[in-house]
Order: sequence, then C-alpha cells, then structure tokens
Amino acid sequence: MNALDRRAFCKLVGGGVVILVTAKPSELQAQQRRGYPEDLNAYLRIDENGRVTLFSGKIEMGQGVHTSLAQMAAEELGVPLESITMCMGDTDQCPWDAGTWGSLSTRMFGPAVRAASAEARTVMLKLASETLRVPRETLVVRNGVVTDGKKSVTYGELAKGKQIARLVDEKAVLRAVKDFTVIGRPTKRVDSREKVTGRAKYAGDVRLPGMLYARILRPPAHGATRTSLDTAKAKAIDGVTVVERDDLVAVLAPTPDGAAEALAMIKAEWTKPAAAFDHESVADAFVKNGGAGDVKTTKGDVGAAANAIETTFRTGYLAHAPMEPHTAVAEWKDGRMTIWASTQSPFGTRARVAQTLGLDESNVRVLTPFVGGGFGGKSAANQAVEAARLAQIAGKPVMVAWTRGEEFFFDTFGPASVIRVVSSVDDRGKIASWDYHVYGAGERSSEVLYDVPNVRLTSYVPRSSKLHPFATGPWRAPGAGMNVFARESQIDIMAAKAKVDPLEFRLRNTTDARLRKVLTAAADALGWKPGAGPTGQGRAIAASVDAGTYCALAAEVAVDKKTGAIQVKRVVAAQDMGIVINPTGAKMQMEGCITMGLGYVLSEELKFHGGDIADRNFDTYELPRFSAVPRIETLLIKNDDLAPQGGGEPAIVPMGAVIANAVFDATGVRMLRLPMTPARVLAAMA
Amino acid sequence: MKRKIDFKLNGKPAAVDTDDQRALLWVLRGDLELTGTKYGCGEGVCGACTVAVDGVAMRSCQTPLANVEGKSVTTIEGLERDGKLHPLQQAFIDHGAFQCGYCTSGMLMNAWAFLQKTPHPSRAAIVQEMDANLCRCGAHQRILSAIAEVAK
Repeated sequence: MNALDRRAFCKLVGGGVVILVTAKPSELQAQQRRGYPEDLNAYLRIDENGRVTLFSGKIEMGQGVHTSLAQMAAEELGVPLESITMCMGDTDQCPWDAGTWGSLSTRMFGPAVRAASAEARTVMLKLASETLRVPRETLVVRNGVVTDGKKSVTYGELAKGKQIARLVDEKAVLRAVKDFTVIGRPTKRVDSREKVTGRAKYAGDVRLPGMLYARILRPPAHGATRTSLDTAKAKAIDGVTVVERDDLVAVLAPTPDGAAEALAMIKAEWTKPAAAFDHESVADAFVKNGGAGDVKTTKGDVGAAANAIETTFRTGYLAHAPMEPHTAVAEWKDGRMTIWASTQSPFGTRARVAQTLGLDESNVRVLTPFVGGGFGGKSAANQAVEAARLAQIAGKPVMVAWTRGEEFFFDTFGPASVIRVVSSVDDRGKIASWDYHVYGAGERSSEVLYDVPNVRLTSYVPRSSKLHPFATGPWRAPGAGMNVFARESQIDIMAAKAKVDPLEFRLRNTTDARLRKVLTAAADALGWKPGAGPTGQGRAIAASVDAGTYCALAAEVAVDKKTGAIQVKRVVAAQDMGIVINPTGAKMQMEGCITMGLGYVLSEELKFHGGDIADRNFDTYELPRFSAVPRIETLLIKNDDLAPQGGGEPAIVPMGAVIANAVFDATGVRMLRLPMTPARVLAAMA
Repeated sequence: MKRKIDFKLNGKPAAVDTDDQRALLWVLRGDLELTGTKYGCGEGVCGACTVAVDGVAMRSCQTPLANVEGKSVTTIEGLERDGKLHPLQQAFIDHGAFQCGYCTSGMLMNAWAFLQKTPHPSRAAIVQEMDANLCRCGAHQRILSAIAEVAK
C-alpha cells in the first residue's frame, strides 16, 4: 500500500492509530488473496477513547470467533476484552478473506490478529515513551494503560489527534503462553446480551425505507423446464410488482406474506426430466459411474492379503438446514450495490454479484450481519445474487428470504457416499493391509491413521461431480465424517475378528503420541471396561484427526430391540487442539459437533427422486431434538507447544463410527449404513 | 378481513389495522418492527417464531392476528424489564446456551411460558416441553442446564 492509499484507507476506517499486517507468503498463497487492500490481511484501529476496532473478513455464524478473535487481540494489546469492537464481513472495511469455513479462522487468521495486536502494543509503547519522556524498557501495559510505575498514559490519550498508520510484517514478538491472561481463560461470548434479548440483527432484520419483499417462482424439481406462464392475476393485485426477466420470475410486495399470496396467484406448468436415481439407488449409480478412480496413496502392496475382510459402507445426502434460511437485502443506489447477506463468504458474494450484474467489484459492498448458522451451506450466496438482480430491476431495496421449502431445495447438499474397504489383520493383532475405495465423499480424513505397512487409497466421483441431481457442497467437515465412519468401523470389525479389545487394538496399531493420548483420555473418562466386542455393554470408541486437531469420542448406547431405536446415553470427547483460545467456546463447539452429529448418524438423509426433492421441511427431515441428546462430557488435552488448531468441525467426524461401534457392542449387529434408522436397525437384527 | 385489531403487546396497548387473517409473525416483524421473533419453517414445526399469548407458548407463524384480539402477547423483546434481564435470559448467558442465536428467542419464549405454569419442572419434563423447538448448532445440553437452573 503506498502512502496515498494508506491515507485514503485511514480515512475510511477512521482516525487514531491504525496497525496493518501482511500475511506470510504461504498463507497468502493459501488464501489466493486479491482485491482491496492489496498487501494486508489484518488491521486494527485504536481511537481516542481507547476503543480498539479489529477488522476481519471472517463472519460470526455461531462458532464464536467474534469472541475468540477479540480475545487474541486483547491479549497481545494488553487491553480488557470489553474494549474490543469487532467489525466483521464488511467488504468495504475488512481485509479480503476467502470465506469462513474449514475451521480456519483461529488457525489462519488468528496469527495475523495476534501479530497486528502485538505490533500495536509496540507502537503504543513507543508513543508512550515519547509522551512520558521515559525509556521504553521501563514501561509496561496493563488494561490499556502504559506506565513506568510513576507516570502513566492511556492508549486513548496516545491515540488522540493522531493519524498514524503502521504497516508491519508478521514478526512481532508474541506473548508467551505462561503470561496469558485473556487467551486460555474460559470466556462468555461477547454477543451474549444481543442474542438473548432479540436485538442481534440478522440479514432478515434489515429494514430500509421503501423495501420490498420478493418471492421467486421456483421449479418443482431440479432440471425442470417451464412450458407455460400466466402472471395476470398476480399483476392485478394492488401494490404488487411482477418481474419477468429471462429465467427470473418474481413478485415484489410490501410485506413477505403479501409476496407469498401474490406468488400463489401465478400459474406455471413444467416438465420434469427423468430421474437418474433416488436416495436408495444412489449407491449403485455411484459405483457404476465411478470410473477407474484416482489412486491417491500407495504404500507397500495391498494385493496379496490373506484373510482379507471386505466391507462396504454407505451414507446419504445431507441438508445443512441452518435455522436461518438464506437471506439477503440489496439496495441499488447511485450505481452502487449494497447487500446485507447471510453468507459465509462476503468477498465471494461480492465477486459473484459483480460478475452477474456486470459491475466493478468496487461498486459492490457486502455487509454480513450475524449469520444464523452455516455449516458450509452459506458459501454460495445465490440469494444475494437474486436480491441484487431484483433491486436493480425494481430500483428499490429488495429482500430475498428463502422459505424453508426453498432452503431444502436450493441449499447445497453434502454428498452421499459409498466406501469399500478391504483390510487384513495378522495373528499378532496388527493391521497388515488397507485397501480403501471412496465414492462421492472425497478424501478428507480418508488417511488410514494407524501404522499399516500396505496401503492403497482410491477416490472415485469427486464431490464437485455433475453426477449429482442437485447442487452439492461442503457439509461441516466435508466427507470426513463419512470416511471416518468407514475407517473406524472397519478397525472395530478387525478388532472383533482378532478377539482384541477395540481400545487395545487401536493402541497396538499406532505409535502416534497425540492419538494415543486422546484415545486413552476418552476411554478413561468413560470408565472403559476392557473386553473384545461385542461385550453387551453398548460402549465404543473412535478417533480422527481433522483440521490439525485430534479427537477421540467414547460413547454408550442402548438399543431398543423391539423398535430398533438407538438411544445415545453418553458421549465423552477428548480433544487435542493445541493452544486453546477460549476453552468455553471450544467446548461449545465440541458439544455442538456431537449433537449435530446425532442427526446424520441416526435420522438425517435427504429423500429425493432425481431432481425432485421429497423433504421440504422439518416434518420429514429429522434434526436431532432435545430427547435425543446424550450426556456430553468434553475434555481438552493440554498441548501448549502447538499453535491453535481447528475447533469447529473435528468432534463431528468420529460420530458415525462411535455410535455404530457401540450398537455392535450392545447387539452384535454391525450397521454399515448411515443414518441408522430404527427400521434399518430392526432389519439388521432380524 | 381488513380491520383494526387491538391487543396488549409486551404489557402495552397495541393496535394494527390490517387483514386479520395475517400471521402474527409477519405483523410482529413487519408492521410492529419487532424482529426478535424469527421465521424458521413457516409450518409450526421448528419453534423459532414462538411467542406467548396470554402466557401460553404459540407458534406465531401459525397464529392468525384475529386470534390475539384482546389478548396479551409477549415476545422476546418483552422479557427484559427496565434494562434488567429476566433470570432465564441471564441463565442462557451464564450457561452459553446458544451459538448462532437464531433459535434463541423461540427457545426462551417456550421455556418462559412453560415456567409460568410449571415453575419447578423435572429435567425430563423440560426435555419433553422443549422437544419441538429445534436448534441446529447443538446448544441443547446448555439450554437444558440454563432452564433447569431457573426451574430449581
């Protein structure tokens, strides 16, 4: 950033002391950065009231980074947490960011926040030294006050009347773990009060003068073609505007229910394409259309395994089903488009809107209020493009708020998968070979994890494949839960065959200290009673590594042999995620993962016939409810030698395997397909 | 039918001149600009739009405005009194009983109405009463603990 740009930039973010930080080259590449501002990835401002504003392209969707990023800044700056204000997901003010996903906020953006904040502390110390006329070495910072023990000055006083911008690379000296006073302390969320009073604003809560609510004419199935259209009755309604532009047919009305009524007056006929497969035949379709596959890993020779065990696992398509459906408000004014969107990717949304409308990105601003859950589903932001198109056509602000039915249709779905494993175990209870074939789920967490001399991994049907009858996309830890369901189930199958306790079998097959530690910790906390399965106890263990974090889950279940219903009684999670920024936030994420995980494990599976989606609301697509939630205990394994790792996804990953393994331990029946519905459990036990 | 409907809203008189068959949810969020009550499913199967009508939890997306005529409606905005949080709200903060916050208004209103008529329920009774309210983030265990603390 040259001097002129920097002045313009400071004017935009406001006066005071502004600290800008550049990222490490590897991270630059990882994020494929582009756009304004060119050379930074984090910045903060200290104003004359001593308030610190931290700017971040990340968004808050419930995962708690609003709090943990503020904690990191407060720690390094030496200010109270309360003096930090977060400005997130505003493309005009915040540094470019690829998107909020992959448990990356703390891992990737965190170091930049800490560096910027540490550098800011250094700058403030220098200013204080000049102001107080004492040597810098004698000064310390506490709660935003710089002092040498005799004289003192506040950050606010130092920032007063200043217009300083400091650009630094990421080399500032960070505070040591032993000195932490904010990082590592269990902290209540900074968005608490807004969220319990109804004051927290989401995209659907934005109100602009003259704003209209849109409803869009939708096809009955993906791939359907419209053969007739009659909008006369809708046009006749007072106050309703009908938009017909290419493929876009919509009604605009002053109220959302008014728009729904007008949409119901539109008559359209459609033809649906023939269905290639449905939720039952999808597995055959994947295997038939999988092609030769792509061999990702080979080690040794998997060809000649004696007494090989072959197992095929499968899982269905999954809806993200955030409680807040996709919503956006767009305002077209003086050649500029401003959009408030529920999105995980404000900068991606800006690029898509600019491209669709033929605008320069500098004329599109995306703001991200609180997002009501994302789980990977709010990455594409099609609703923002729809709102922008309609606002431009109408010349008035327009809100597009997807109904639940639209959410269950236009949301991207986590892809179904088929996984075939052929593995063998020797007479010492050591895994001898591992030949792994994955269709649909992709390769995340498909590594064998244990010490195996002969390994092959082949992946068929990438996640992005056009094979799917509707759009697919990342679903919390994309594909990892499916791969680990297969792997950790197969490990248990081998342990049972070798007549070895499943915990002992895992420990026998790994020298990885972090893995051994989480396995042992989870088992101990559960009160593990050794024994080769099935023991009848209904207890089990499974582990995975995801987003740099090791997680082991131990669980206890009861299976109703009359109904086939699985009641999960207890889940204990042990997680090693390196330095923990906010233990409370980390535990909330672990509990959230385990609870959400109950869904894809026990009840969730999208039902469809080709592009025709059968599940359009929560009456048939079953989310986990209070009555399904077990007692959840979470343990954080201390590992302060490791930088903070991911926390939003790891604990959901072993859920399928740990519950399937526990069902086996309870009943002797091995469940090979998720979700394990009562009907499937009954069928397996018959 | 378009007409004037009078009712009490968070303790104060309110009047709306509109079609009396409109869903209370849209009247609250639009005409009355109380956006704390959320749309989640539109069919009364998720609980995000829960409000209390004469102290009873109702799905506002399924409640025609005519049904609240002359009655007392309480929304999430009505729980706080003189800047002081209701004990349930405080318990939700203390227990970290939310993540994205979108289902939170409905959770609080459902629990609030329940505790009005049953001040000291068992944990099992709380589970049963809250079972039709959905949360996707998985804050369930903390929501139960927060309600249980107030129900002691």
